[in-house]
Amino acid sequence: MIDLSKTIDLSTSYLGLKLNNPLVASASPLCEDLANIRRLEDAGASAIVLPSLFEEQLEIESDDLDRFLIESSERSAESVTHFPEMAGWVRGPEEYIAHVRACKKAVKIPIIASLNGSTKGGWLGYAREIERAGADAVELNIYSIPVDPDLSGEQVEQRYVDIVRAVKEEVRIPVAVKLGPYFSSMANMGRKLDAAGANALVLFNRFYQPDYDLEALEVVPNLILSNSHELFLRLHWIAVLYGQVKADLALTGGIHTATDVVKAMMAGAKVAMMTSALLKRGINYLDTMATELLIWMGEHEYDSIKQMQGSMSRNAVPQPAAFERVNYMKVLSSYSMR
Amino acid sequence: MTRSSTNSRAKVTIDGNEAAAYVAHQINEVIAIYPITPSSPMGEWADQWSAEQKPNIWGTVPTVIEMQSEGGASGALHGALQAGSLSTTFTAAQGLLLMIPNMYKIAGELTPTVFHIAARSLAIHALSIFGDHSDVMAARSTGFSMLASNSIQEVMDFALIAQAASLESRVPFLHFFDGFRTSHEVAKVEQLTVEDLREMIDENLVRAHRARALSPDRPVIRGTAQNPDVYFQAREACNPFYLATPTIVQNVMDKFAKLVGRQYHLFDYVGAPDADRVIILMGSGAEVAHETVEALTSAGDKVGVLKVRLFRPFSIPDFVGALPPSVKSIAVLDRTKEPGATGEPLYCDVVTALAELGIQKKVVGGRYGLSSKEFTPAMAKGIFDELKKPAPRNHFTVGIRDDVTHTSLDYDPEFSTEVPGTVRALFYGLGADGTVGANKNSIKIIGEETDNFAQGYFVYDSKKSGAITTSHLRFGPRPLHSSYLITKANFVACHQFSFLERIDMLKAAEPGATFLLNTSYGPGEIWDHLPRTVQRQILEKNLKFYVIDGYAVAKKTGMGARINTIMQTCFFAISGVLPREEAIAAIKHTIEKTYGRRGESVVQKNFAAVDAALSHLHQVPVQGKLTSAFDIRPPVPAAAPEFVRRVTAKIIAGEGDDLPVSAMPVDGTFPSATAQWEKRNIALEIPVWDEELCIQCGKCVLVCPHGVIRAKVYDEKYLAGAPPTFKAVPARWKEMKDKKYTLQVAPEDCTGCTLCVEFCPVKSKSEVKHRAINMAAQPPLREPEAANWDFFCKIPETERQNLSLSQVKDVQLLQPLFEFSGACSGCGETPYVKLLTQLFGDRALIANATGCSSIYGGNLPTTPFCTNTDGRGPTWSNSLFEDNAEFGLGMRLAVDAQTGYARMLVERLSSVLGDGLAQGLLTADQSTEAGILEQRERVAVLKRKLEGMRTAEAHGLLSVADMLVKKSVWIVGGDGWAYDIGYGGLDHVLSTGRNVNLLVLDTEVYSNTGGQASKSTPRAAVAKFAAGGKPTGKKDLAAMAMSYGTVYVAHIAMGGSDSQTVKAFLEAEAYNGPSLLIAYSHCIAHGYDLEHGMDQQKAAVNSGYWPLFRYNPNLSAEGKNPFLLDSRAPTVALKDYTYNETRYTMLAKSSPDEAKRLLALAEQDVTTRWKLYDYWAHMPVNGGEKK
Repeated sequence: MIDLSKTIDLSTSYLGLKLNNPLVASASPLCEDLANIRRLEDAGASAIVLPSLFEEQLEIESDDLDRFLIESSERSAESVTHFPEMAGWVRGPEEYIAHVRACKKAVKIPIIASLNGSTKGGWLGYAREIERAGADAVELNIYSIPVDPDLSGEQVEQRYVDIVRAVKEEVRIPVAVKLGPYFSSMANMGRKLDAAGANALVLFNRFYQPDYDLEALEVVPNLILSNSHELFLRLHWIAVLYGQVKADLALTGGIHTATDVVKAMMAGAKVAMMTSALLKRGINYLDTMATELLIWMGEHEYDSIKQMQGSMSRNAVPQPAAFERVNYMKVLSSYSMR
Repeated sequence: MTRSSTNSRAKVTIDGNEAAAYVAHQINEVIAIYPITPSSPMGEWADQWSAEQKPNIWGTVPTVIEMQSEGGASGALHGALQAGSLSTTFTAAQGLLLMIPNMYKIAGELTPTVFHIAARSLAIHALSIFGDHSDVMAARSTGFSMLASNSIQEVMDFALIAQAASLESRVPFLHFFDGFRTSHEVAKVEQLTVEDLREMIDENLVRAHRARALSPDRPVIRGTAQNPDVYFQAREACNPFYLATPTIVQNVMDKFAKLVGRQYHLFDYVGAPDADRVIILMGSGAEVAHETVEALTSAGDKVGVLKVRLFRPFSIPDFVGALPPSVKSIAVLDRTKEPGATGEPLYCDVVTALAELGIQKKVVGGRYGLSSKEFTPAMAKGIFDELKKPAPRNHFTVGIRDDVTHTSLDYDPEFSTEVPGTVRALFYGLGADGTVGANKNSIKIIGEETDNFAQGYFVYDSKKSGAITTSHLRFGPRPLHSSYLITKANFVACHQFSFLERIDMLKAAEPGATFLLNTSYGPGEIWDHLPRTVQRQILEKNLKFYVIDGYAVAKKTGMGARINTIMQTCFFAISGVLPREEAIAAIKHTIEKTYGRRGESVVQKNFAAVDAALSHLHQVPVQGKLTSAFDIRPPVPAAAPEFVRRVTAKIIAGEGDDLPVSAMPVDGTFPSATAQWEKRNIALEIPVWDEELCIQCGKCVLVCPHGVIRAKVYDEKYLAGAPPTFKAVPARWKEMKDKKYTLQVAPEDCTGCTLCVEFCPVKSKSEVKHRAINMAAQPPLREPEAANWDFFCKIPETERQNLSLSQVKDVQLLQPLFEFSGACSGCGETPYVKLLTQLFGDRALIANATGCSSIYGGNLPTTPFCTNTDGRGPTWSNSLFEDNAEFGLGMRLAVDAQTGYARMLVERLSSVLGDGLAQGLLTADQSTEAGILEQRERVAVLKRKLEGMRTAEAHGLLSVADMLVKKSVWIVGGDGWAYDIGYGGLDHVLSTGRNVNLLVLDTEVYSNTGGQASKSTPRAAVAKFAAGGKPTGKKDLAAMAMSYGTVYVAHIAMGGSDSQTVKAFLEAEAYNGPSLLIAYSHCIAHGYDLEHGMDQQKAAVNSGYWPLFRYNPNLSAEGKNPFLLDSRAPTVALKDYTYNETRYTMLAKSSPDEAKRLLALAEQDVTTRWKLYDYWAHMPVNGGEKK
């Protein structure tokens, strides 16, 4: 039997890092545990993105703690306080930073730390601490839901740009930006972030839209794992942005099979990130995917991943209009004719 | 190393409790404590320092152990001393009384130790948490030495002197200082160094103490039993030690003076060397007398004060030696009362001392300052004036008006000795708004950043919601002896605009003083929004008037509704005590120190608030005209009963000090149903009923902690004359469908907690956030809803006998006989107490353990327990903390005895009464409301008949006739009582089989004294004395009670199942034996928004943490399984319940690994207990068959 891994080159580069293959484990609860980090490496992940350090988490928790300690104090002459002096200090990012450090020690593959926030706050300073802890790169997960009708799209975009610039000023390690698709001009937004210094764009964030509980008439959090259908939106924009920005492109959301990876590469992604597939099928599925990827490439006579990267981007296909409005109209009419 | 310089010692600004604890923790090895106000902070400091691994002077970290009672603490302490450790405790009041048996032992065994006492009033005609010497005086025959500190500095110094003297003399010491006035006053003091402590404590004496200890390596027998032949002689054998003690104490004081520079004597005299009049006293009052004497002597008066330091052993030679020979008349002041004695203790000692030496002086005794009653220079001056008289009054009182036995002295209240140049600032804040904390920080800043002497004292009213706090801050270049409240302020700050119409706070403003007001009105518009009295005072006293919109600044800077640091910044800016930049830097430094542990964002937001404050501070140009059409509102409405208008109203208005003795009940008995007259108007928003949407389920009525939501079903005819906005809809009861239903809110009594809205099960179909009850701003609703409330109250109550009491829907129609308590807004305890009164209140006797429930139940000015239209309602009493189960059992025994007596007399008189009536009375079925009503009617007939009879038997029966109607005895208290201090009694009462009902309001912590851990505190929760998370699991009190097999036990949580709660109450009361209800009570000490209290209760149940169950022995008798598990197996993770609460998250944030470890153990606790309960619920009965 031919060992395809010797004949087919799966390697890629992302954020200036040389990766053995394009399969990156994206942020998930799996990556909170050091043993899993080791397992991910063993199963063939070429890099790991750690779960995010949340801006809100740090602030809200501190503010709530302070509020409840104050509000339970000075109630009466007998109960001037209701809690003891805190035994220690509220942990800031120390725990997270320690985790980054431990992960770096545990594995040889690159570790990409992640910061999640939506304002240009003090949390950006944590980027430097993450760098000091040895992270190979930082992924900025800008999770902003602009519900204020007075906030213009321009202002929202500027906020993204400002955050990226601010973080770039803090660190020397590469900075990836993970964002959602909801911009009036996605391509323009990609360029702006590129210009602001983003070393990679990670497309796309999954917005965890809440569900309704119809019995309780309550809005409830809703976490549905991704499926391959979500791939198309990502493919589309990666194909459009490929060649338009200096930044590397990463596809996240909807990678469930080896052919999904192939599509991502052909659209122009440098890596394909996975969370849901691993949560559903387990860490060892990475190994299966790598094998299936090799088989597909072998069957279709591809020598390397690099060879196919961007091969079906907007500018590389004979009919770029396929990515434009014309295609949209065709799809609709074909649907109505069924 | 010996030093006499004081320069190298740190100046710290601390309170008396911290000063005592600082020394005690440094010297001792074992500290056994139990929380009791006002001494609790001493134990809390010690615990905190040990938790932080702060070593004592021996290099070890003292072991601090919280016991189940003060009796337990003294026992553990006694054992630690006997086994050779240096050991101490801190206590007060009833706590000290519980230690007395061990104190005799400790003294009898000549064991060196120091008990630090924040001296407090004893519970006598009433409980009081405040300060006087009645507790320490009750301990004066124990054989302990007694050393009194008068100021914070003395507390630190005497804590050390007492310890050194005790080690040398072998006589144990009570080191006491005035509760609150000294224990809680913050003042700048010089802190003794570790070297000072080492220098003063002779290690040889410590080794001698250890050498005397029990040891199997050199065994002795101690604690023998002795017979008449030798007990007496042995008792006298200790005499040399007591004789030597005064000299030892003086020698220690002299050594201390050489080392530290402060010279004390057994008796210290201050005043004219040739004084003719002298006051003798001890405690903080001596400081007041000191200040008065300085003022009077500088005006040429020949007066002086003798401060008694060492009260026991009382050294007559030292006493006489300290007294100026020139003195002609002496007033001895005692801060205690001994009814029936020839005089109070210190007076008697002085008289005896002089008599023993044959010295003739005019000596009078007087009482002052009971329960922290103010003792002022004006009163001291009044006493000196009295001493001028040829026959000064003896056994006088001062500070009150005794118009009954005319003991009180007159004095000029305007006399003042306030030192010019001293800044005197008053701050009025809302309880829990951070004002007190900020002021404590301010006084620390002034004390530590300037050369000023500084003092802060903080006063709270007795409500736990909407309370007013008053901070009294003094500072200036001269030493402060002013141990009394500020009545002449040159700075007054009002942090809550609404207070202006509640209290006359500018009464205390001096002419030319500054007034700072937090208000949303700007400088140009504020004037017309001030009550007339406020305007008048500003004009007449020519006050400088500033306003700031603190809330706007807070909102802008992310501080929410927190204005404390904003107001603090304004105070510093206006007072100019420090250059502005320095002040701001110092405020920021204290913010970092105070809040830093809670996270950087908290610090940054506070910094932002400080930076933004001053640009919003404006001086108001005063117009010079009285324009206001409204004024401070009267404390109670004119319709209130006479006693309420005459007495209660004065207390509400803060003028209780002016009430004379004749106004007071002689035996502590007060009328009930008084809370209704205290309209506090503290809610910013109140619930509004949507009558269209409402399904009339009654859940909002059930959960309302303050009894402000009521429902009635009534005939339509009662709607005649209804106010225009009064709402009524057809009743949704099958059997009452022709009637009207109204849900009414008491707008002026609501606290705005929103529990009702959160618990409402109905949501609008067109806008789900809209429920059948919704919050709306109170001010525009206040008047119309008050009119609606008055109208509603006049509608007859729904007749009880037609209702199904086991249905929550019907329970809402039962009149609560517990209303408008001052409990925390959203309290988790009061809904249960209210339910109790709805179901059984008209025939309930309630024994209430000391704690939150006794405070919101019985702290003056008003009580929430009230009466129905027949005048019946719960009768309530609080005995003590530790004895509540026994107290309630006694009530049951009395009820049973009198019922038995009444039944006997009915039998005897049956021929006269008529057999039908007698038989009816004796055989009545009172198991239903209808049955009870019928019996009441029979008793009414009986009484009418008896009134016409003249026999002794008839008179006897008349006096107990009401006992023929079934009574319901309830024993109510918190987990501190039930799990800890009262557990022995509770257990015994359960074992008696008597028909009493015990309701445990389980907040899982000592809520009332400030959050100390009890045996109910769950594993992994943070509490005082469990700062690192409680390492052990909660005691299963229910299982312990069930082990009797004859006790009805229910584990309930209203938010988990309201119907199970109601059912359990009914079954408990119906069970003819002891019943124990353990009720999950959410609490402010859990640390979350209490509006979610019922959701948290539900989560507690759903996580399996708080399973719902009932154990009914009656079922056993029927051959059924007595254990009914009412909740399902856990459906949510424990952490999804616990991590909504600060008591758990605090640990998770600061010690995540330990939090994880404890959470895992807590999860195991839940699983193990669930398995056990599940087994019980399915256990085979009667030989294996499952029922």
